[in-house]
Amino acid sequence: MAHQISVFAENKPGRIEKITRLLSEEKVNIRAITISSANGFGVIKILPDQPKKGYDILRSNNIPTYLQEVIAVIIPDIPGGLHQISFVLNKYNLNIEDAYGFVVESGKKAVLVLQVENQPQAQEILKHNGFQLLSDEEIYRF
Amino acid sequence: MIWDKAIEAMARDDLMKLQEKKLQHTLRRCQNTPYYRSMFKNNHIDPSSIRTAEDVHHIPPTSKEDLRKNFPLGFLATSRDEVVRIHSSSGTTGTPTVIYHSSEDIDAWSDLVARSLYMTGVRNTDVFQNMMSYGLFTGGLGMHYGAERIGSMVIPIGAGNTRRQIWFLRHFRSTVLHIIPSYALLLSTLIEADGLDPRKDLNIHIILLGAEPHSEETRRRVQDSFTAHAYNSYGLSEMNGPGVAFECLHQNGMHLWEDAYLMEIVKPETLEPCKPGELGELLLTTLDREATPLLRYRTKDLTYIMEEPCPCGRTHQRIARIQGRTDDMFIFRGVNIFPIQIEKVLMNVSEVGSNYRIILDRDDFKDTLRIEVEIIPELFFGDLLRLERLQERLRGELRSEILVTPEVVFVEPGRLPATEGKAVRVIDQRKL
Ligand SMILES: [Zn+2]
Repeated sequence: MAHQISVFAENKPGRIEKITRLLSEEKVNIRAITISSANGFGVIKILPDQPKKGYDILRSNNIPTYLQEVIAVIIPDIPGGLHQISFVLNKYNLNIEDAYGFVVESGKKAVLVLQVENQPQAQEILKHNGFQLLSDEEIYRF
Repeated sequence: MIWDKAIEAMARDDLMKLQEKKLQHTLRRCQNTPYYRSMFKNNHIDPSSIRTAEDVHHIPPTSKEDLRKNFPLGFLATSRDEVVRIHSSSGTTGTPTVIYHSSEDIDAWSDLVARSLYMTGVRNTDVFQNMMSYGLFTGGLGMHYGAERIGSMVIPIGAGNTRRQIWFLRHFRSTVLHIIPSYALLLSTLIEADGLDPRKDLNIHIILLGAEPHSEETRRRVQDSFTAHAYNSYGLSEMNGPGVAFECLHQNGMHLWEDAYLMEIVKPETLEPCKPGELGELLLTTLDREATPLLRYRTKDLTYIMEEPCPCGRTHQRIARIQGRTDDMFIFRGVNIFPIQIEKVLMNVSEVGSNYRIILDRDDFKDTLRIEVEIIPELFFGDLLRLERLQERLRGELRSEILVTPEVVFVEPGRLPATEGKAVRVIDQRKL
């Protein structure tokens, strides 16, 4: 399974820089990053190559950080590629809470990262429908 | 379980009689002071005509300002030779206020503190780590003398220097702490940062909270962080210091020692007496003090009297925890707000830390109220929506408490200034 770390950050200059600096100092690489912000604060989601290590680094710096399982799935980087996934999940009434993606091979392959309400069930369904799910190591191999 | 049963559980009628006798004695002593002598004269008051607790209403109250203006000797009722100690409260503006103590005064004060400590279960077997500053401030020495009188082993460590505090807590297995509530909460997180569990690895049973008005929710947080019983105490340097009023084991209001102080609760604007249970300013008259007797001293502290008898058997009336001070209230868009109201709401929400700041500002001629709270790492689940809901919930709960909607700002832990002393919670940046 793939893991993501979510980090709380104030919407203030330097806060994101601090997080990426702490990770890079300890040689944790970031494969994908997404930031969503609300009223005065934000949550940064990071897909690192070493999730547990990244989590420990940030927590030991007293930064609110959460480590969780996510679904990383390969989709074709073509129009309608994303729809294939949402179509399947919707058929089983599984709500997508958050999603972000990154292209690994332009025009060919992309990785979609998903947070779904019922993660184990969603995994089974996606596998059953022929999708390839990635582990932390596999994500980084691309 | 009662230190001085004859006094602490005295029948109310007898207590009233004792108060009146002591009041007359105090009035006689007041005539030795330049200030009260001329005050009686200017107001055409014959002190011998004042006999009962009701009669004191004819006397104008004494304020901190009066103490300052009559520095240094205006309130001294004995000769200088009889004074064995002075205490002083730090004046934010100019001259500090000074209280003189005779050796009888120190003795009586120590006894009030001893009976207060004994009431919360402090015994001669205890190790008493006194984390209040020693010196002119009354919190350190006042409690020290009381704890020594009981026979506890006192560690007079004073305030601050957390590393050393933790060393003593560990090596002497301290059982009782005397500490400022905001520092107690900071201390528990620093103990945890050292890899110790303040609940299990230490031996603290009783925590005496003083020097800072705090809410019931803060008390609960302190109790939870150490698994100990925390007791509220009340005192001010003008009335000796600690030992004016203290909670008993029931933790429901503080017994104010009425054999040593005559209390009144009045409306701050008009000085009219409040009804029992009605919130007002506490005025205190010393009944035992030889060197610096004070009449109807304006404490600026807001509280009310809890009339119903306490199950512990003590007959001295209880006052509620301090609900605010007449001078720490701020006015925001016409609404009177006490910081403690905000604290009460915040300390009830487990997702936010114990440190917080209230910032008043003005932008484009509109006043803004911003409350900064720290997010607790253990209760962060990576969820933006959840935090937004928490923000909304805090706004709503604060609105129902203070009647205006503040802006709630989440900050990372450790980003708000932490202090080993009294916390500065309110920052008013509104320019007039
Ligand atoms: Zn009681």
